[in-house]
Amino acid sequence: MRAASAPLAARGWVARRLAAAGLGGVFALLLPAAAFAAPYWAVLGDSPQARSIQHLFWIVIGVAFVFLFGIEGALLYVVFRFRARPGDEGDAPQVYGNRRLEVWWTIVPALILVVMFIFTVRAVGEETAVAPNALPVTVIGHQWWWEFRYPTLGVVTANELHVPVGRSIDFTLESADVVHSFWLPLLGGKEQLIPGQKNRWTFTVDKAGSYDGACSEYCGGAHAWMRLTLVADTPAQFEAWAKAQAAPAASTGASAQALRVFTQNACSQCHAIRGTTASGAVAPDLTHVGSRTTLGGGVLANNAGDMARWLENPQAVKPGVLMPDLHLSADDLSTLTAYLEGLK
Amino acid sequence: MAATVLPPGTYPKDIGGESHTWLLSWVASVDHKKIGIMYIVTSLVFFAAGGIESLLMRWQLGTPENTFLTPDEYNQIFTMHGVTMIFFAVMPFLFGLANYLVPLMIGARDVAYPRLNAFSFWLLAFSGIMLYYSWIGGGAPNAGWYGYAPLTEHAYATSNGDSYYALALILSGIGTIATSINLIVTTIYHRAPGMSLRRIPIFVWMIIVTSFLSLFALPSLTGDMVMVLADRLLGAHFFDANAGGSDVMYQHIFWIFGHPEVYIMALPAFGVMSEVIPVFSRKPIFGYTFVVGSGVAIGFLSFGVWAHHMFTVGMTLTQDYFFSATSMAIAIPTGVKIFTWVATAWGGRIRFRTPMLFAFGFIAMFLIGGLSGVTLAIIPIDWQVNGSYYLVAHFHYVLFGGTAFAVFSGVFYWFPKMSGRMLSERLGVWQFWVMLVGFNLTFFPMHLMGLEGMPRRVYTYPDQLDLGGLNAISTLGSFILAVSIIIFIVNLWRSIRSGAPAGDNPWEAWTLEWATSSPPPAYNFLEIPVATSRRPLWDLAHPEDPDWAHEKEHG
Repeated sequence: MRAASAPLAARGWVARRLAAAGLGGVFALLLPAAAFAAPYWAVLGDSPQARSIQHLFWIVIGVAFVFLFGIEGALLYVVFRFRARPGDEGDAPQVYGNRRLEVWWTIVPALILVVMFIFTVRAVGEETAVAPNALPVTVIGHQWWWEFRYPTLGVVTANELHVPVGRSIDFTLESADVVHSFWLPLLGGKEQLIPGQKNRWTFTVDKAGSYDGACSEYCGGAHAWMRLTLVADTPAQFEAWAKAQAAPAASTGASAQALRVFTQNACSQCHAIRGTTASGAVAPDLTHVGSRTTLGGGVLANNAGDMARWLENPQAVKPGVLMPDLHLSADDLSTLTAYLEGLK
Repeated sequence: MAATVLPPGTYPKDIGGESHTWLLSWVASVDHKKIGIMYIVTSLVFFAAGGIESLLMRWQLGTPENTFLTPDEYNQIFTMHGVTMIFFAVMPFLFGLANYLVPLMIGARDVAYPRLNAFSFWLLAFSGIMLYYSWIGGGAPNAGWYGYAPLTEHAYATSNGDSYYALALILSGIGTIATSINLIVTTIYHRAPGMSLRRIPIFVWMIIVTSFLSLFALPSLTGDMVMVLADRLLGAHFFDANAGGSDVMYQHIFWIFGHPEVYIMALPAFGVMSEVIPVFSRKPIFGYTFVVGSGVAIGFLSFGVWAHHMFTVGMTLTQDYFFSATSMAIAIPTGVKIFTWVATAWGGRIRFRTPMLFAFGFIAMFLIGGLSGVTLAIIPIDWQVNGSYYLVAHFHYVLFGGTAFAVFSGVFYWFPKMSGRMLSERLGVWQFWVMLVGFNLTFFPMHLMGLEGMPRRVYTYPDQLDLGGLNAISTLGSFILAVSIIIFIVNLWRSIRSGAPAGDNPWEAWTLEWATSSPPPAYNFLEIPVATSRRPLWDLAHPEDPDWAHEKEHG
């Protein structure tokens, strides 16, 4: 076999150059990707909980990189230093092991991991402590939308959650159907919503703004469009928002015809609009739907055009969504769009 | 046969003189080598199917808000990809390799129960076919490979897909359990004279550990699947929370199987590495006892780490801490293995033939997956990355960068033994580099997608942050990866027909499978060999410095 490899060595040279070029290409693509792709929650974080995770992440990644570069470096060294040279066909000196070395490379990583574990316990403590004055919010996962209830404020809304900056939030997580997972990456971590179980979660947003989140446990059909938005308001803004949301519906587009369209097309069997007879409880509460920024769990923006698109045939916009195509007439469609968009 | 006079070194072609048609000689075979090859061929067919599914997924995700696949199609495809790769590609390959090699390596004529062996294989093959029949039997399973309840309940999965899923896993699981018993009994009772448990090749040790893991882990899966079927078909309520069932219970039972399963897919790969690296470094394995011991330690620990998949289900903090600590602990023996392989190559005269290239690729890539695995054991980091593309990146670095690279290393290493022909080195080298490039382009960006908040198992995603660009790179990479697989198939096809003759021991290796002809006769060895040490063929070639002389000081 060794004899057959002589011409192969020449071909191997070409292959090696090509391989080097190929590998160079990979890193030319990957390194900028790694550098310029905003690693998001790994560098940003707008809650103490998210930053606590972030710090731990970099400590662990730092240690991991020491091992990564150490071992990959040793591999490269081995490749260049110990490769058999042409004509070098014998065996290497037979070394069977070194018990002392073996014991050391068992103990040292073990000690490092003990330290990591201590960091872990400390961080978990930081991230799970709920402040005494926390605002209770109940999150209920549905296929494929989010229901948010504020038991102390009498507010029920969907897919868009408002919280006051600087106040700890005490989330209770429940599910109406299958397992979901509540994740707002910039605010720290996630927790599952499980049927028949109440989970708890907490964070304190310390910067006003709008935050993206998503369901991150596969929950069937339209899992990809079970997204959510968290809006962090100043305490004054939040109070105004909560007051407006607790009030019954008042739409600029309200009319007897609008209500008739809403109730006669079965909308009201699933959706509720407080202040009307519509009181369905299996789909998002629409009392203030016009005040939200997105529709259909993040699949559309919330404006008159997109609302009309959604009402015309939700299945075309978000395949699999439980809302059926209602085959509304053009007239009913525009009446309903104006009514719903007016529910600020 | 007793009366036949043979020239020295010649093996009689067949015993008993039965003549079968070609097809029957395979289908009716109870020869562990033929069954092993059938396992491997079956696994390659399913690997191709799972690969095509992954390309469909990557095409769909190549651009944001793509409409190439509907959500329903995508959900079936990603479920089938996972189930196929784990249960019908990786596991059958590894058990096929074990089937082929274990009796040869320990100097036996066959496994302990040859008929049971054939039964196990056919269960596997038919359960895979049944799983794929679901595409035409009313829809493929669509609840993900771990099918979290209650998504598989009839209320949420109305097609027959998830029933096919549960049945296929029950049947293939029975096959795996049977084959595990077979391998355990074989290694305990059928070793050649001199082949003590302290001398069997490390690959065989890893197969023993893997078989015990299968034996104790798979019944959990079977139980879970029986409950799923009872809920779906008989109106039971195991996982219906409204009727007192528990969905968290499903997760616990699944992962009690699911985490040992990860090591069922990793330990045989570690075994392959521990055979290939010494031979091509021209040195014995560095610290046999520590390598075996760390494998056994992984085996025990792997039953105590399952709930690290469940840090986000709302367990008590005490439970979280326990599983975090055990999951970190299992990194220690895994690290020992990596150090050992590097130390084995250190100071060697390394022949970088294709098996060794893939072995080094394995260490380099598996290391990345192992280290990202440690980050997942840290509870708060897991809270961020669990269920995101970071996790997808992690387990592909373990299962593709790790196990698949080891699989190709093993194929290049043992193909000459199985077929009597060499695979092309030139195509092998091409395959390796194309695969290394394609693999990293496909999976490295997934770490970053996870950091940017992209959940796994989404059929599409909004065009925000760098998700479009990262996904495009990943899709490009997956097609490069596909090219490397095509190079492999071409190599296999050409070498089976016209590869260079291999001879009995083309790599100058030291374990007993190389002491017989290539391919070996049906009865493996004309005379049962005697194991003089861990490397019997080394002793034969080096009577001046035999291995057994070192066994006492390096026991």
